[in-house]
Amino acid sequence: MKRVMGAALCALLAGGVAFTANAETKLTIATVNNGDMIRMQKLTDDFTSQNPDISLEWVTLEENTLRQRVTTDIATKGGQYDIMTIGTYEVPIWAEKGWLAPLDNLGSDYDVDDLMPAIRAAVSKDDALYAAPFYGESSMMMYRKDLFEKAGIEVNGRLTWDQTLDIAKKLHDPDNGVYGICLRGKAGWGENMALISTMGNAYGARWFDEEWNPTFDGPEWKAALDMYTNILGNYGPPGATSNGFNENLSLFNSGKCGMWIDATVAASFVTNPKESKVADQVAFTEAPCAVTCTGANWLWAWNLGIPMGSQNVEAAQKFIAWATSKEYLELVASKEGWANVPPGTRISLYENPKYLEAAPFADETLLAIDSADPINSTLKPKPYVGVQFAAIPEFQGIGTTVGQQFSAALAGQSTVEEALSAAQASTDRTMRKAGYY
Amino acid sequence: MEKKQTPLGYISFSAFAWVVGLLIFFPIFWMVLTSFKSELEAVSIPPSFISFDWTLENYVEVQERSNYFKFAMNSVILAVGSTLVGLVFAVTCAWAMAFNPTKRTKDALLWMLSTKMMPPVGVLVPIYLMFRDWGLLDTRFGLIMVLFLMNLPIMVWMLYTYFKEIPTDILEAARMDGATLPKEIIFVLLPMALPGIASTMLLNVILAWNEAFWTLNLTTSDAAPLTAFIASYSSPEGLFWAKLSAASTLAVAPILVIGWFSQKQLVRGLTFGAVK
Repeated sequence: MKRVMGAALCALLAGGVAFTANAETKLTIATVNNGDMIRMQKLTDDFTSQNPDISLEWVTLEENTLRQRVTTDIATKGGQYDIMTIGTYEVPIWAEKGWLAPLDNLGSDYDVDDLMPAIRAAVSKDDALYAAPFYGESSMMMYRKDLFEKAGIEVNGRLTWDQTLDIAKKLHDPDNGVYGICLRGKAGWGENMALISTMGNAYGARWFDEEWNPTFDGPEWKAALDMYTNILGNYGPPGATSNGFNENLSLFNSGKCGMWIDATVAASFVTNPKESKVADQVAFTEAPCAVTCTGANWLWAWNLGIPMGSQNVEAAQKFIAWATSKEYLELVASKEGWANVPPGTRISLYENPKYLEAAPFADETLLAIDSADPINSTLKPKPYVGVQFAAIPEFQGIGTTVGQQFSAALAGQSTVEEALSAAQASTDRTMRKAGYY
Repeated sequence: MEKKQTPLGYISFSAFAWVVGLLIFFPIFWMVLTSFKSELEAVSIPPSFISFDWTLENYVEVQERSNYFKFAMNSVILAVGSTLVGLVFAVTCAWAMAFNPTKRTKDALLWMLSTKMMPPVGVLVPIYLMFRDWGLLDTRFGLIMVLFLMNLPIMVWMLYTYFKEIPTDILEAARMDGATLPKEIIFVLLPMALPGIASTMLLNVILAWNEAFWTLNLTTSDAAPLTAFIASYSSPEGLFWAKLSAASTLAVAPILVIGWFSQKQLVRGLTFGAVK
């Protein structure tokens, strides 16, 4: 018995510490499970055939897990990843902390001036790139042409939120399974607060004033939250507080939503007949304005960055240059068609007639991304960078807490005034603790 | 005197048990069913029950995208490894507490259990730093150590309960016959407590198999088990339920089969000592 136990333990320890030594450079890449990312994984033979001395190890994780995992690793200099997929929220914060290696060796043929100015600004610090955008998005309105025609509604120019409310009233027909509008209701800084922040911007609100004081006690936020709870609570699907991007995508693709305001990347899903029952009935327009159109649509990009702890910075830059190049877009187009290339990062893509033909949503996407400016996204001056977020480390916690309070107002558990008051108090407490004032 | 159960009571109780059983089983059934649907079918409202176009495309894609067997092998090594290492410590610890108790034994047992009440994320950074400095990140050895330590309190508690049921006289008789301490434990105690040990092992294997915090945070690729495999199929933007269901079905299949075949042993072990 002793011998058996001993043998088992030895085998275990041997198995535990076993690893393979390899002369080639192995790049470990952490990424999210998005269609564009998965496509990139499938096409990496092209990269490895050009660079036989580099092998790739993919670690695909759910977004929140990825965020927690890469943040822990980069903050502790764990060195587990050579390339990380990070959002436009993380890039400025991590670059400021010196956690990201500058991308200063992407090669002479990497056309950096072809990157969209708004996206490029979002991933740069002092004019140096600290991450390269893989795909970018803004927000816009997707709506059902057939339902609009039936209700006698014409879209001429950019809508206001008041007009959107009127349209939602006309389209709302729950008895026949159609809801006027679908919006994000799930609590979270990247969920409901992404949309509500842009609504706040449209109503002239901002997260913080120039002295970093939260501004939820102002009339702008009140107007925005009143509109949000009214339009979604009365003319949205039941149980909207649990709906995020995917839930609304399912509803819209099943023909349950008259309108949906969300990420521009959704356009390729809702127009894909394999995924959508209403693929041929979808039209697009910009996200609604209110007192202003400044900051009424968000800006986001998934980017590839290199943590300072990586031992393979040179090889990692080679890979990033390949994955975010114009040539990569052509590679995807040749294998999967132009409609499937990662959108929203390169100007040349939106000048390509083949892409414009394959993607009927290209013009609106470009318009939305071009009009989103992370620096000037509010009517009044603000001290932070970001359209639908404030690029400060405390924002994840603040945004999620406020998102929960606003979600409670949507569910009817509190009034709009109570939610705003709670948001003001909790944000003030956090900012005070963090030493902003 | 034992009360005789009436036929109506028997039927009602059986019906209730079946309803509870079906309720518990339904999510697993729905997951398996969804894994055979297309992504569009998986999210369609109202959901289709049986009448949909059955497809294996999700399983094909999962196989193409991920090396299932590598993840599964890591899960087996981590679950079995942490259980065996844990058993060595738990048996000796439970023996001491059951047969040589002191006035602090109960306190020690409670303290051990209280460590389970701490949220793991509270110690993530210190453990991560230790793993980084000791070169244990993304190693099976490191994960086995964490999983074994995490489940040790439960193993000690379970074994302590079983050992308490064994008469001390038998161990004393063995000692009088000249058995040394290791022999007493290995040849007398362990065979008598085998059902309890088996169920402890099974429960620990299941807990280690399902552990999804440390296995996700301390691994990247080499030591990543099936929890990482499942996590890679959840998508923030895009439909993913069908593929996630296929990945989850593949991930739970081995432990489901083991659980199915050993359920008698497991139930017997878990209820051992419950009725006195």
